Parts: sequence; structure tokens; C-alpha cells
Amino acid sequence: MISSRRLIIAHFWLAFAVFGLALLLGAWQMLVRSPLHNWLSDPEWYYRSLTAHGTVMAYALPTLVAMGFGYAITESTLDQPLVGKRWAWAGFGLIVVGAVMALIPVALGRASVLYTFYPPLIGSPFYYIGVVLVVVGSWIWVALMSVNLRVWKTRHPHAPIPLAMFANVAGSYLWAWTSLGAALELLFQIIPVALGWKSTLDAGLARILFSWTLHAIVYFWLIPTYIAYYTIVPRAIGGRVYSDTMARISFVLFLVVAMPIGIHHTFMDPQVGAGFKFIHSIFTAAVAVPTLLTVFTICASVEVAGRLRGGRGVFGWIGALPWKNPIMLAVAFSFVMLGFGGAGGLINMSYQLDTTVHNTQWITGHFHLIFGGAIVIMYFAIAYDLWPHLTGRNFSNDRLMRAQLWLWFIGMMVTTFPWHWVGILGMPRRMAFYDFSDPAISPQGIYVTFSAIGALILLASGLLFLFILATGQRTAPMEAGAYTFARAVHEPAAVPAPLNGYALWVTLMIALTITNYGFPIVRLASGYGTNVPAVYVGR
Amino acid sequence: MSDQSRPSGVHQLAHDLIERVERRWASLSIAVIVLLALLAAFAGIHRATMPQSIVETIEPRIIHMQGEFVETNLGSAVEADGSVTVRAVGQEYSFNPSCIVVPTDTPITFRATSPDVIHGFMIEGTNINTMLVPGYVSVLPARFDKPGERLMPCHEFCGVGHEGMWARVRVIDKQEFQKLAAQQPRVTCDQQ
Repeated sequence: MISSRRLIIAHFWLAFAVFGLALLLGAWQMLVRSPLHNWLSDPEWYYRSLTAHGTVMAYALPTLVAMGFGYAITESTLDQPLVGKRWAWAGFGLIVVGAVMALIPVALGRASVLYTFYPPLIGSPFYYIGVVLVVVGSWIWVALMSVNLRVWKTRHPHAPIPLAMFANVAGSYLWAWTSLGAALELLFQIIPVALGWKSTLDAGLARILFSWTLHAIVYFWLIPTYIAYYTIVPRAIGGRVYSDTMARISFVLFLVVAMPIGIHHTFMDPQVGAGFKFIHSIFTAAVAVPTLLTVFTICASVEVAGRLRGGRGVFGWIGALPWKNPIMLAVAFSFVMLGFGGAGGLINMSYQLDTTVHNTQWITGHFHLIFGGAIVIMYFAIAYDLWPHLTGRNFSNDRLMRAQLWLWFIGMMVTTFPWHWVGILGMPRRMAFYDFSDPAISPQGIYVTFSAIGALILLASGLLFLFILATGQRTAPMEAGAYTFARAVHEPAAVPAPLNGYALWVTLMIALTITNYGFPIVRLASGYGTNVPAVYVGR
Repeated sequence: MSDQSRPSGVHQLAHDLIERVERRWASLSIAVIVLLALLAAFAGIHRATMPQSIVETIEPRIIHMQGEFVETNLGSAVEADGSVTVRAVGQEYSFNPSCIVVPTDTPITFRATSPDVIHGFMIEGTNINTMLVPGYVSVLPARFDKPGERLMPCHEFCGVGHEGMWARVRVIDKQEFQKLAAQQPRVTCDQQ
């Protein structure tokens, strides 16, 4: 039973309100850098907008969704009211304060450094401190997840942790550890310089510390989506989770191998040697394993639903699936985008192939497809699924929901496929405009135009999503009943101890981080003569 | 018929089947990943292509005044073994030289760095792609088959002028390049 409804709905509304704003900015950016628009008279506006877009989409949206969904999972799977509700509101308050503090200097053009910071470029200290407050707010959530699980465990010493909660807590631990890299970069390198206490820093070290956060954060974004795959989808379409054990293995694998792989973001960097690059490349390949396991288990779980509904034959079950159910549609779209995005990811992680696409529009296309596509479409599904339980009102506008999901899917395809293509042609990222009159660039103009049209479709879909949620708060009151999660084909009576706790996996996560990051960080931190003076922006 | 200590009949059969199918899928997934990793290792060992291997540092604040990146030393230089070394600097918001000349069918080494912020270094239509990080020297081997002109944009956000930071690379015939190199120690487009 979900009792902290106001808390959860506050997280979701803040997440989706800022998402709407960032989406608007994103669509504007796509438009102004395309041949549909003249060059911006002041390119600074583009980078200002890009900083806000990235900061909201990468930090605010997924963190708030993970937190709100995490509280809902805690109360509904453990069947106990949230312990530490005041702390939860305090965490939420910190995020609000942090987000406002960060976005004001961005709006004023005092922090156009992009969400990935790029020191020695240095913006207003309020921007960085705001981001730190957002992260600290989310750490409160991490602690609360751990405390609530502990309270439940003392009451149910031998029971298996419900799958959704098991995955949720794994995700929170992953976030706590991965956010540490950027926190170190901010606290020890950037903020002292932004405040004027120091004037130089090592840009190479900053890039490595940020890479500590930059990759595993993607898996933090992904975990709510995977929880939805395993525990919402089968229930919503009348199926069963094919294997509870495999699901647990996938989540603990993410905990272990999502971390020691971030240096693949710096394959082309001069401050790390080939050995560590290769090691990180191999671990990045390994992180495909839990996703491949998930693809199998979810397809099998969906097949169970198709067959229970009377589907026959090798493919007959697909037609028998409840395609009118928005959750069914969302997971199908999500899987298509995960397939294309995942294939692109294997190219990026390749020690060699990355050279052709590094920092081109291919990369932008890739992470929009994976995050904006495969992951965010399931955030929509989570919100749709939870909404009647949070509002206590009727929520049955399936046709609009399907239209919204279709628009998002089509928009993402139209945006990202041309984006990948111009990347292969060599178009660089993060540019306020391109000289389409240059004969070497002009053939790319048409594809940039396609992407801009896709962005407008995405904007329409995002606004429709907000509209659907808003109307869901004005309908007639209705008791939606208890919020439940999918059951497995074979419900576990007992789970092997390693898969019913985190000690082993957290130990491995930390140990692998130390082996894979320890030497490069120590070496760069003890650097000699490589510090560079800060370049202040917006002053 | 059925063993009392285990789930009976149909359930046990289904359970075994699930496990068997899952194990096959997991093994296949792992085999694919191992194969990919081995391919990468093989190509790396044979130096078909691989990321920069050695870390070279440099004092970023004085590169204009001393060392290999002083202005007169930038451009393409012919080495004793016949290979060509290209030295370049990326800074807010241009490359120096802004137009690089290289010969065809010659081993080339790019050496580049930045005195201020992080920049990107990419030659379009090739896999020549690296980051310029102040404090470190980026080193990249390359070889060009065909003559022609290519764009060389900065591909990393480096400030408000980033979108204007484009250079060019002119690949010219080997003999033609040797003539140019005989006239001056460092070749750039300026001499053409």
C-alpha cells in the first residue's frame, strides 16, 4: 500500500516539469543549428541552452524518477510505511534548492560549461554547488532505501527480498558509488577554482574523475527502466517473470560491472595509457551480458503472456499480446530502441571502432536513442502505471497514451537515425551552428533538418505526456487498490544468500573500481607541471 | 514416481527446461562478448589501430615559448627515416597551423596539444581522432592513401567560439610534398 503519495507525486511532477522545459530547449537547439534557421547572432545562447538541457536531463530527471519510484517500490513491496519520511522531504527540498541554484547562473549565461563541466572552463560557483546539492539530496534517498530494507529484514529475517526492491536498492548503491567521481572532481578541483581559492587544475585528472561517474550514471538511469521491464510489464500484460533468479543476477551484475568501465569515455585521451583503456574496453563488453540476459528473460516473460492469452505457434503469441495496452506498446518500442542503441554502444566501446565516431554526432544520436528512447519511454510507462495509485483517481485514457508513445518512438527514430549518419560522415558535436554553405558540409544539411523535425515530434509527444498526467489529476476519484508487481513463473520460496543481499556485490564493485581506476587517478593526482590556469566563462 | 524433496511432475520439468534454455542463452551471450574482446586484442597487438598508448606530459603555460610546440616548429617536418611528423596546437578558437599539408603513402605522426582548454582533433572521413588536453601531448600515427582536402574540426566544447574552430588538411602527392619540404623546414598551406 502506498501511503506517501504526496511525496512520490512531488518527485514525479518536479521530474516531468523540468523535463518539459529541457525538452523545449532541446527542440529549440535542434532547430537553430539546422538549415531551417539562420545562424544565431550570439552562439553563447546555444551553449547556455545546452548546459540547461543536459543538466536537467542527466541529473534532475532520472534522479527524481529513481527516487519517486524507489519510494513507491519500498512502500508497496515491503508493505510498510516509509521510514524517515521527513528525511525524504528534506532530500527533495535539497534537490529543489540545488536545481534552482544551478539553473539561475545557467540562465544568466554565467555557467555555459555544459553538464559535463569541461574544466579548465570554469563557470559560476553557484552552478556547481547547486549540482552538488542535488546529488546530496539523492544520497539521502540512498540512505533511506538502505534503512527501510534493514527495518524490513529484521522483521522478515529469512524471506527473499521482493525483486523490485532488490533491484531498487542495488540501483541506489550503484548511484551512491558512481556519483562519488564527479563529487571529487567538483569538491577538490572545480569548486575551489570557481571560488577563487585556487587558480589552476589538472584537466586530465578531471576527465578521469568525471568518467568514474559518466558511465555508471547511465546504468543508474537504466535501473528504473529495467525494474519496469521485470516487475511491471509482465503484470500489466497478464504474464509472469520467466526467471526470478536471472533477474537478480542481471541486477547484481550491473552493480559490479557498470563501474570499472568509465575510461572508455577517454579512449582518445592522451592522459591514460593503452593498458587501462583496454581493460576498461573489456569490462564494457562484459556489461552487455546483463542486458542480453534481460532481453531474453523479458521476451520469454512476454511470450508467457501471449501464450496464456491463447497465442499458438512460433510467432503466433506475438499477435495474441495485448497491443492496446500502453505498457505493452512502451516495452515493445523500448526494446526496438534498446536493440539499435545497444548495437551502437558495442561499436563505441570497441577499443578501435570508437576512433571513427568519437565526439561526432553519432555519439549524440547514440545516447539519445538509449536514454531518451529506450529508458525514458519506460519512465512514461512507470508514470502511467503508478498514476492512479498516486492520485486515487480514474486514469484510463489509453488512446491518448498510445498516441503519445507512438509519437515518442517515431520522433526518436526520426531524430537519432540521421544523427548517427552525419556522425559517420564526421560531423562534430556541440556546435551552435554549421557552415552549410561549405561544399564539404552542405550534403549533411538535409539530415540535420530531419533530426530537427524529429525533435519537434518529440516535443509534441512530451507535451502530450504532461497533458495526460495533468488530466489524470482531475478525473473522478477511484480507489485503484494495492500497487502490485509481477510474479515469477516459479515464485522463489528461498533465494541463495548472495542473491538476497549486497555485501559480496558492493565489495566487488569497490574492489574493481580500485583496481581499474586506482593507478590512473593516483598517477594523475601526483602530476607534475600539467596544471593549467582556469578559463572563466561569463565574466 | 516423483521425488518428494523436489517440486513434482510438470513443475520440475518446466523448471529444468527454463534453466536449460537460460543457460544456453547465457553461454551464447558470453561467447559473443569474449569473441569481440579477442578481436579487439588481436587488432591492438598487431597495431592495426589502437588508442594512444604512452602518456607524455608538457607544461601547458610555456608551450609558446619553448619546446617542440613553438610557432616556428609547427607544421609538417620530414624526419631522417623519411616519415613525416606534424605538430599542431589547438587553442581558443583556432588550430595552428590552420591548414596542414601531408604527403600520400608516407607514415605520419601527429603530435598536438593545447595551451588553454580541452579541444578535439579529428580529420573527417578518417579514423584520425584524438583529444587535446592541456598538460598532455596527443600522439597519433596515420597514413593517407589518396590526395584531397579534408575538414578538421574541433569536436570538443571549448567555449563560445567552439563552432568556428575548423581547420583543413590537404593531402598532396608524395613527390610534390618532397619539393615543398626541400624549400623550408616546416610545411603548411601558407607555402603553397
